[in-house]
Amino acid sequence: MILGSINPAVLMAALMVAATPLLLAAIGELVVEKSGVLNLGVEGMMIMGAVTGFMIAVNTGSPLVGFVGAALGGMVLALLFAFLTQALMTNHVASGLALTLFGLGLSALLGQKYVGITPPRTPKLDLGPLSDIPFLGRALFSHDIVVYLTIALVAAVWWFLKYSRAGMILRAVGENHDAAHALGYHVKRVRVLAILFGGACAGLGGAYLSLIRVTQWTEGMTVGAGWIALALVVFASWRPWRAMAGAYLFGGIVVLQLNLQAAGVRIPVEYLSMSPYLITILVLVLISSGKARGSLNAPGSLNRPFHASS
Amino acid sequence: MRATLLRLEGLTKAYPGVVANDDVSFQIAEGQVHALLGENGAGKSTLVKMIYGLVQPDKGQMTLRGQPFAPSQPSEARRNGVAMVFQHFSLFDALDVAENVALGMENPPPLRDLAARIRSVSEEYGLPLDPSRLVGELSAGERQRVEIVRCLLQEPKLLIMDEPTSVLTPQEVEILFRTLRQLSAEGTAILYISHKLEEIRALCDEATILRGGKKVATCDPRQKSASELAELMVGQVLTPPEKPPRPMGDVVLQVENLSLRSNNPFGTSLKDISFSLRAGEVLGIAGVAGNGQDELLLMLSGELLAPSAQVTLKGLPVGHLGPNARRQIGLASAPEERLGHAAAPDMSLTENALLSGVARKGLARRGFIDWPGTERFAQEVITRFDVRTPGTHVLARALSGGNLQKFVIGREIELNPDVIVVNQPTWGVDASAAATIRQALLDLAGKGAGVVVISQDLDELLEVADSFAALNEGRLSRVRPAKGLTVEEIGLMMGGAGDMHVAHEASA
Repeated sequence: MILGSINPAVLMAALMVAATPLLLAAIGELVVEKSGVLNLGVEGMMIMGAVTGFMIAVNTGSPLVGFVGAALGGMVLALLFAFLTQALMTNHVASGLALTLFGLGLSALLGQKYVGITPPRTPKLDLGPLSDIPFLGRALFSHDIVVYLTIALVAAVWWFLKYSRAGMILRAVGENHDAAHALGYHVKRVRVLAILFGGACAGLGGAYLSLIRVTQWTEGMTVGAGWIALALVVFASWRPWRAMAGAYLFGGIVVLQLNLQAAGVRIPVEYLSMSPYLITILVLVLISSGKARGSLNAPGSLNRPFHASS
Repeated sequence: MRATLLRLEGLTKAYPGVVANDDVSFQIAEGQVHALLGENGAGKSTLVKMIYGLVQPDKGQMTLRGQPFAPSQPSEARRNGVAMVFQHFSLFDALDVAENVALGMENPPPLRDLAARIRSVSEEYGLPLDPSRLVGELSAGERQRVEIVRCLLQEPKLLIMDEPTSVLTPQEVEILFRTLRQLSAEGTAILYISHKLEEIRALCDEATILRGGKKVATCDPRQKSASELAELMVGQVLTPPEKPPRPMGDVVLQVENLSLRSNNPFGTSLKDISFSLRAGEVLGIAGVAGNGQDELLLMLSGELLAPSAQVTLKGLPVGHLGPNARRQIGLASAPEERLGHAAAPDMSLTENALLSGVARKGLARRGFIDWPGTERFAQEVITRFDVRTPGTHVLARALSGGNLQKFVIGREIELNPDVIVVNQPTWGVDASAAATIRQALLDLAGKGAGVVVISQDLDELLEVADSFAALNEGRLSRVRPAKGLTVEEIGLMMGGAGDMHVAHEASA
């Protein structure tokens, strides 16, 4: 039996690792979109995070400093996007696409000397006896700290959007920027802050890839993770916990297809590598066909340029 | 004499190319209901935005209870006891009532306490409201209550209301006036912006009239007749449109038992709509915004498709046909939203003329556009409807609301349709342009076309319509002759009770 060679606990553990970078980028983009901005530059910000985090971690020897640098790297690119879209009023879609292409190119340039180097190891978090629980210990309690912090971040974003006043203002700006402006809220300031948060999260997601998941730098190593993160936000209909469920589902499919390939299932490899993307398309179709539910939660001012005409 | 609350002295605000307010001075006493009267573009909105801190004046000053008052942002105005109920633009559909209220407050209490306070205030002032409902699901009247309650919770000294009754039924207006009188008796001053003269005469103690950014008079509206006020406001004498008697022809448009789901998640679905329209008839359809007007227009214009036999045009089943096919048969339409629906904002007037003219004017041959012909067509519309524009090359978005409205309605009328459907034909249009548009619709009916006018302006409907119906939650009331209908009867029809009322009369 081929499937018998796949250990469910290991599969579960790998799934969480595969899902974490997607979840980080998606939760950041979720906040950005909730403020009414569509930033298609997630892929570019992720790869910038991946390369800056890698470089800084290698040079300082500390993965932690690397992650901080990655967040800053993502934010710098996000700041460029914020400047273009909020100050110069450029088109969101075109700016986002340009950001992705720019990020891919710049990261390749910066990372030239780092190809083939191994970064400092990020230790697993020592959870003591928890890690010794059969099955669960291996599956859930033997990860690095970033995995757990990411889950905490999802909880924090959920709480922020649902219960805090700042979160309510952010949703209000995304829902109807004219009304928010009329009530005296600073639409652009809120959006710039949201964009920066999105950039930091995408940067962290990228660094997770280069420092923990793959543990090396290669050009274009995000291979579309940023796009999947964008799709996840829609998939989740802009709800944080659903974004997490989506990321884990997607991570699961990625890991499963790798395992199936390794187990020698007699299906061409290309079909298996296609499967996560096909399933994403399928889920998106299913979600948007339930018109009322999915689209109701979409921010009303998403991707509409804001001119303060007072 | 009551103490002065707010005094404005020489307020001036200029935008590139236009002076919105020129040396405006007046004062509001505590507890006074003060009307600010003027046409669209007279500078009312800019003036109140200065009081509310959204715009800073170039010159002049304000004093509030003797203290200099120059709010640099709305929160500062709110701290000083100035609150504002907006005409539109200030509610969030996807947020619930309590959240919407909290967003308009300086220091909102936790949402749970706020919900309790919303309940108590809304009961005290006779404005029932459920704090946990999503605003997107509320009717226009209820939405306005949200805004008013939001202001009342801050116990304002001055409440600014921007055209509050444009979305209300006559009965709801009565409730609103009762609330406002109660507030005024409690010492809250109200600055009431409107262009509806009868309302102002019924409610206000004093009126300031603006025209072209300048103050033309401050007077007691109860001492003036409505036509005197109108002359002050418009600066000229208006003639009501002529309505020559005309024979009714055959039925040109018929809708039978049509139910249709809205294409908008917050929209109103049409329920069992039936009516017929004869050649030469003007059918007025009243109703408060959000009761299915948009959907009715989309259904008639062909943007929302229906089962083919349930909509017939000149005897042909057309329910399944799109807008251009219907135009070719003879149905033209002009939706409410001018920019982005009736006209493409970033295209020139010539191009916009082509977009709907192509179906009936032969402006394209074998896929090639006849630009000189289109240009002539656009120029005809501009000349005949007195559209003020430097030329046909101007982008639609560069025209003022009234001019663009004249253009889009004129464009459809020039197609010589057998049926024309218009939604809010004179919304946001100044009085003389509105008169031109109404006259053009009546002239078209005089030439034997059927006309459907969907509008929230009852005076307009009573002026043009031969027969009358009202939309309420997607249902259309029975069509009745407009002659002899009273405003009270219309109010009941708009509230969905029109037929009950008739039944009551019949049984009596």
